[in-house]
Amino acid sequence: MSAPQSQNALIRWIDHRMPIFTFMHHELHEYPAPKNLSYWWNFGSLAGIVLVIMIVTGIWLAMHYTPHVDYAFQSVERIMRDVNYGWLIRYLHMNGASMFFLVVYIHLFRGMYYGSYKYPRELLWILGVVILLLMMATAFMGYVLPWGQMSFWGATVITNLFSAIPLFGDPIVTWLWGGFSVDNATLNRFFSLHYLLPFLIVGVVFLHLWALHRFGSNNPIGIDTKGPQDSIPFHPYYTIKDAFGTGVFLLVFAGFVFFAPNFFGEPDNYIPANPLVTPAHIVPEWYLLPFYAILRAIPDKLTGVIAMFGSILLLMALPWLDTSRVRSATYRPIYKQFFWVFVVDCLVLGYIGANPPEGWFIVIGRIATAYYFIHLLIIIPLLGKLERPLELPASISTPVIGSGAAQPQAARMEKP
Amino acid sequence: MADTAHGRGPGSGDHGGSRRDFLVLASGAMGAVGAAAAAWPFIHYWNPSADVLALSSTEVDVAPIQEGQAITVTWRGRPVFVRRRTAAEIEQARAIKPADLPDPQDDAVRVKKPEWLVLIGVCTHLGCVPLGQKATEARGEYGGWFCPCHGSHYDTSGRIRKGPAPKNLPVPPYEFTGDTTIRIG
Ligand code: HEM
Ligand code: FES
Repeated sequence: MSAPQSQNALIRWIDHRMPIFTFMHHELHEYPAPKNLSYWWNFGSLAGIVLVIMIVTGIWLAMHYTPHVDYAFQSVERIMRDVNYGWLIRYLHMNGASMFFLVVYIHLFRGMYYGSYKYPRELLWILGVVILLLMMATAFMGYVLPWGQMSFWGATVITNLFSAIPLFGDPIVTWLWGGFSVDNATLNRFFSLHYLLPFLIVGVVFLHLWALHRFGSNNPIGIDTKGPQDSIPFHPYYTIKDAFGTGVFLLVFAGFVFFAPNFFGEPDNYIPANPLVTPAHIVPEWYLLPFYAILRAIPDKLTGVIAMFGSILLLMALPWLDTSRVRSATYRPIYKQFFWVFVVDCLVLGYIGANPPEGWFIVIGRIATAYYFIHLLIIIPLLGKLERPLELPASISTPVIGSGAAQPQAARMEKP
Repeated sequence: MADTAHGRGPGSGDHGGSRRDFLVLASGAMGAVGAAAAAWPFIHYWNPSADVLALSSTEVDVAPIQEGQAITVTWRGRPVFVRRRTAAEIEQARAIKPADLPDPQDDAVRVKKPEWLVLIGVCTHLGCVPLGQKATEARGEYGGWFCPCHGSHYDTSGRIRKGPAPKNLPVPPYEFTGDTTIRIG
């Protein structure tokens, strides 16, 4: 790959006119990465791999899928029963969506724990939240395509969220549907957009990586690399580590695909859509449950919708909400505890979202919702001011080679 | 050329802004109007098409419905409830003062003939179809309909009484074309 010195005349010829090989060599081979990255740093490249798997299996599904209310359900069943390896492609796509969110959520919490959203990576973080939003839109529209009961009623409930908008709510919903209910026009446009959005995600992923490569990866200690002794070239050290992680991940993924392919699914979605009968219990896919819980925790329709979207958009403001200049939770003893409380809070919200809104579920859902916002809007800003961080090591190499606390005047995060 | 570049050449005659500024603003504004005009067909493309709009009336023969029973028909892809109310149900709907309701409305303005209640059977919260069409289904605390999705209770006039739904079940435009036939839409 090393282009300028390449023995291959064709590579040299191309590279002189368009230095793509130099570029790849620079960004994927010699690209210096902190030498202390842990396995939590595998999830970014894993997300990229799942994105590719989703696009390939999706394009293959589209070759046998029919986006029409009268045929969509049958066409998916045909893919499952009659098309060669159709079951495999569909189960990869179905479970791949769950894996995608699993990996991205871990990636995101990793960023929160190690303060990866702080200067100079704010834009990188914001682009990440944009990717999350696009993924949610893509997965939501994908789930409508098999046209089962959950597809139909999930689409109905989610599109109806927009009816909460004052004045223009109803015309907007009619506009989204292309009719007076979720119907053929809706299914068609969702298919069109479901095909399009993943490629937009690819575009934003490139921007995300561009921003990443400007300053390089953060690391578990959260201090900047001070020189060549703190970093190692991406290839072969992290290519092999990413490859190993990918192997482990694929085992888990294959475990679901082959042994529990409907683990994440809803049995009701194997019943064809019926616009006249709502299933007794509508739930979205697991990865949307915490946000669904927030929506339902608030008794007022418009406020509920605002809180739900706000809970995601608020993440974009995290770099400014967090007033602490220390990145890694390793050196923030109090933040570290609140971080885990927040993780538990999100899991509780997920659990509440899966249950009917009655009795205790309502109370717990409201407390968990309140805590979600209190964590981001009050605890995080205050902690930065009140907490006393531990002493930071002088450099990435120090805790590894010398005695960790050798130099007291530790380098905090350097702001210009 | 140098004169125009600075916009204050002899004879340009303006003092506040240059001719170039004006041209930039004017062409920018034209461009914006043009872009908006070009966007409209793409936006309006999403709205219901002529054939969808054309399918907007449904004839119903209500003769077979017994007192206390209800049927569901489809109008514009959504369920419409036609319920033949009992005297007790009508009484119940009229007993309450509209002012005490979340979405105040008199029962009399929601029906053409008190016996026949015609409603769009779509919960005004997030669009589920409420239960209560069959006598065996839950009808909620007010004897009308109950939406299982997030727990909205409707009364025997289809008005919201309890739960997250903000509005009463809407009454579609309809008329009696005979004693026992209704045209919806
Ligand atoms: C960001 C990447 C993607 C995500 C997260 C995603 C997610 C989903 C989900 C959750 C489903 C429903 C699966 C089910 O329950 O049956 C689905 C279905 C589908 N997707 Fe995707 N998808 C992605 C990319 C693509 C791409 C690029 C295509 C290309 C056309 C595609 C084509 C389809 C088709 C045809 C179906 C319907 C068949 C079925 O339901 O299995 N997807 N997608
Ligand atoms: S849709 Fe009926 S209560 Fe939410």
